[in-house]
Amino acid sequence: MTFLNYLINGISLGSVYAIIALGYTMVYGIAKMLNFAHGDVIMIGAYVSFIITSKMGLPAIVSVLAAVVVCTVLGIFIERLAYKPLRNATSLAVLITAIGVSYFLQNSALLIWGSDPKSFNSIVHFDSIKLFDGQLVITSEAIVTVLACIVIMIALTIFTGHTKLGKAMRAVSEDKGAAQLMGINVNSTISMTFAIGSALAAIAGVLLCSAYPTLLPTTGSMPGIKAFTAAVFGGIGSIPGAMIGGILLGVIEVFASAYISDKLSNAIVFGVLIIVLLVKPTGLLGKKINEKV
Amino acid sequence: MKNMKKILCAALAVAMTATCAVLFTGCGAKASPDKISIGGIGPITGDVAIYGTAVKNGAQIAVDEINALGGLQIELNFQDDVNDAEKGVNAYNNLMDWGMQILMGTVTSTPSVSVSSEANEDRVFMLTPSASSTDVIGGFPDAAGNVNIARKDNVFQLCFTDPNQGIGAAQYIADRKLGEKIAVIYNSSDVYSTGIYDMFMVTAADLGLNIVSVTSFTNETATDFNVQLNEAKNAGADLVFLPIYYTPATLMLKQADAMGYEPSFLGVDGMDGILTVEGFDTSLAEGLMFMTPFASAEHPDFTNKYVAAHGVEPNQFAADAYDCIYAIYEACKIAGIDGSTPAAEACEKLIAVFTDPEFSVDGLTGAGMQWTADGLVSKIPQAVVIKDGKYIGM
Amino acid sequence: MKKWKNLSSKTRSDFLTYTMVIVAFIVLRVLSAFGMLSNSLTGLLVPLCAYIIMAVSLNLTVGVLGELSLGHAGFMSVGAFSGVIACAGMESFIPNPILRLVIAVVIGGILAGITGFLIGIPVLRLRGDYLAIVTLAFGEIIKNIINCLYIGIDGSGLHFSLISSADLALENGRVVINGPVGAVGVQKLSTFTFGFVLVMLTLIVVLNLKRSRTGRAIMAVRDNRIAAESVGISITKYKMIAFITSAVMAGAAGVLFAMNYTSLTSSKFDFNQSILILVFVVLGGLGNIRGSIIATVILYLLPEILRPIQDYRMLIYSIVLIVVMLTTNSEKAKLFIEKQKAKLKEKKEKGGAKGE
Repeated sequence: MTFLNYLINGISLGSVYAIIALGYTMVYGIAKMLNFAHGDVIMIGAYVSFIITSKMGLPAIVSVLAAVVVCTVLGIFIERLAYKPLRNATSLAVLITAIGVSYFLQNSALLIWGSDPKSFNSIVHFDSIKLFDGQLVITSEAIVTVLACIVIMIALTIFTGHTKLGKAMRAVSEDKGAAQLMGINVNSTISMTFAIGSALAAIAGVLLCSAYPTLLPTTGSMPGIKAFTAAVFGGIGSIPGAMIGGILLGVIEVFASAYISDKLSNAIVFGVLIIVLLVKPTGLLGKKINEKV
Repeated sequence: MKNMKKILCAALAVAMTATCAVLFTGCGAKASPDKISIGGIGPITGDVAIYGTAVKNGAQIAVDEINALGGLQIELNFQDDVNDAEKGVNAYNNLMDWGMQILMGTVTSTPSVSVSSEANEDRVFMLTPSASSTDVIGGFPDAAGNVNIARKDNVFQLCFTDPNQGIGAAQYIADRKLGEKIAVIYNSSDVYSTGIYDMFMVTAADLGLNIVSVTSFTNETATDFNVQLNEAKNAGADLVFLPIYYTPATLMLKQADAMGYEPSFLGVDGMDGILTVEGFDTSLAEGLMFMTPFASAEHPDFTNKYVAAHGVEPNQFAADAYDCIYAIYEACKIAGIDGSTPAAEACEKLIAVFTDPEFSVDGLTGAGMQWTADGLVSKIPQAVVIKDGKYIGM
Repeated sequence: MKKWKNLSSKTRSDFLTYTMVIVAFIVLRVLSAFGMLSNSLTGLLVPLCAYIIMAVSLNLTVGVLGELSLGHAGFMSVGAFSGVIACAGMESFIPNPILRLVIAVVIGGILAGITGFLIGIPVLRLRGDYLAIVTLAFGEIIKNIINCLYIGIDGSGLHFSLISSADLALENGRVVINGPVGAVGVQKLSTFTFGFVLVMLTLIVVLNLKRSRTGRAIMAVRDNRIAAESVGISITKYKMIAFITSAVMAGAAGVLFAMNYTSLTSSKFDFNQSILILVFVVLGGLGNIRGSIIATVILYLLPEILRPIQDYRMLIYSIVLIVVMLTTNSEKAKLFIEKQKAKLKEKKEKGGAKGE
């Protein structure tokens, strides 16, 4: 029973990582950049949602929509100002700019909302499922997060696989130059990717804070790093990989702290990651890189 | 590309010259000689910005009150340390250039250990509102009885030390028979939390308390506490001791509630402020006990002023800082220190006043606070319990 | 002067780097002797030296070897803590502080090098962003383990434990590394002069390595792995050389840094610290050693200069970071600057023509 409980905890923690990782992997897969500011966009989304539900008293669904709108606009804005001018620069230059953006968002949040923690009110309003006389509890937030995760994963897979824009995105990801020659507007396609990634970040922010309701200007950074790890774990750029990587990461983290050592659980998570990458150098579902000679 | 680099180099050179000019001269602003210059150091950005901000704001209220009295005037310069030893020392040096006479800080223990050594070397009097590790004042044996750092005679604390709180909590549990089976959940990556935990375990063993489960978490894993709570639950603990800050505690209480685990919870002074968390369902904290020197409801004057100025309820850190400024102010009056007294001279005079058994301060966090030569404060902790969303004295 | 002109541009560039560091050192020393240095700047000198070494050594991995490392602070951490332990251990039988510091730096460097070797085995098999994440993972693992480490010293020598300080069972000893509290009561042995010597040593090693046969092999691996392999360059060997050299220097920098403060926590050497150093390297220019030094000086001092503006300090720092990255890397900014230069040249030429 305890084992099952831990497994459920692991999955609910993992589903939060997964939903953040989906955004990471989406942007990486197409724009080929590590967007370290992703975690901070999540934080902004959570704050927007918090203000609308707690301060204005509007219903949860409105807050989610507002968070999505704000984050999408913010994402496009960041992309235009900070990433677009660097389209042809080295990936390291973009990485450092992303870090600059991350600092900027964190410090702006600190100035706007202050340093005191806010307790996020869950957007989920039905009861948790209790099995075996309450010995096994599945929280409502976990159910919603897992479901949201699956829905987003399927939607993204269909979108990139079957729509015109999605195909354009894949083409850009394969070969920017060739895509341009085929009449694809590379710039707007990448901007679109950011918009989608940021919208996902907003949803992730709301769900992260519904499950773990402490909201601070630094809320996004640690889950951001973990989600990045999860995305790599599953094979960065792969949409189902992000989901599997996220959930596995959550389960390993919970099991490590339950059965091995709670002090060293973080080290164990990263240790497992290293071993996985040694066996499968491009992650669980990552594409094999063929070398051109 | 090459030209580009040259331009960049030129721009960098200009920036560097400007940088050096500012730093060489020790920066523009200087402390005014007709006011007592108090330096403050604490985190106002980063993860634990809340504590530094509270101290800064609390201290400023005291300074404004004192300056309004018209007598001895005080100027406060508060610098950011991001809860880091390196930045703390940088902030300290910056304050030295400014002309600091007395140091009120640092807020957190990690930078405080380094900064207090600097202050000890330079002979600057230091009173920390909230850095509770015994390594800050030095000369105090740890849980295993080792003295790892020598006493720094000009460093004093206004808060309880971590071991002190551990002992206090264990005794309180034994005296009041709060629980038969006790579980402990602490933050193993935090100085404050492990400091309390170490001494609590030693004292608990002496008092024969039945500890059934000990689990920990780290800053990196402070989102999911189900494992820790499950272990406590499975061990049948009816009292959970939480020597942690209130931010993770809000999460923990929620998760305990979600899994239907309802033991009593006992916290330490870091738990203070839990009711002020915006949006927190205070019914979850119902019955939570903790030991704190400060309950905001008992000091409406200060609380109202703080709320009016900053829009949030003051926590213990703000009250500690407020008391620090008053303690320094009272001591300066006795010792005859004014804005022109050199820091080293002020330091020796203040040590004499603070260690004088006649010297006592009535503050928000305790009446008749006194200090001993080992740097410790004597005040009585108050245990409070949360009932109907309010702190009630026990 | 003639000789100077005869030197190759690379050698000249190296000399310029050395001269720059030496001149800066002499100027600061003279100013300090006349008491013209502020407390702030005096306090910043040793950490600045440590960060310069960190940036130069990371440049070896990122710029010269061309592999992105996100865990460089981990090596600094290994060096720092082993240096602290070594120093505490030698206290009883080596009274001379400078000798102790030198030995501590050597030990810190060696241990960081060994860690670099152990990490290098798995890491260097991977490529690109996967390599980056594994270095990040190692940085986090090192941080986590040191956070649980208890080391004490008494009459009978060093005691280790992963449980608690009480578990060390010390007799009249003292705890050197106390879990999350980290190292307390560290003796402040580092001096600016010693930091300068270490910076010079680092420069000599890195610049000479870059210009050597080995260095060219390393850069060949960076530029085209397959081509390099096909001409018989052992990829693993040269990657390892660069990676370990970089780790050793980071370890030495760690010791220098640690010995400048009385306390040290493992959480100091986190992901953000690695990123900070990476920012120095990228801003200074990949593979450009002098650039790394200049960027470190500016970016390390910037937050200190911004202290008067308090709350907006870190916000402005982040904006400066973004703006600098954009102006030095974006196409448009480059075009703009080129145009301005062309205009300037035109004006000069016109002015020159008039003068005649």
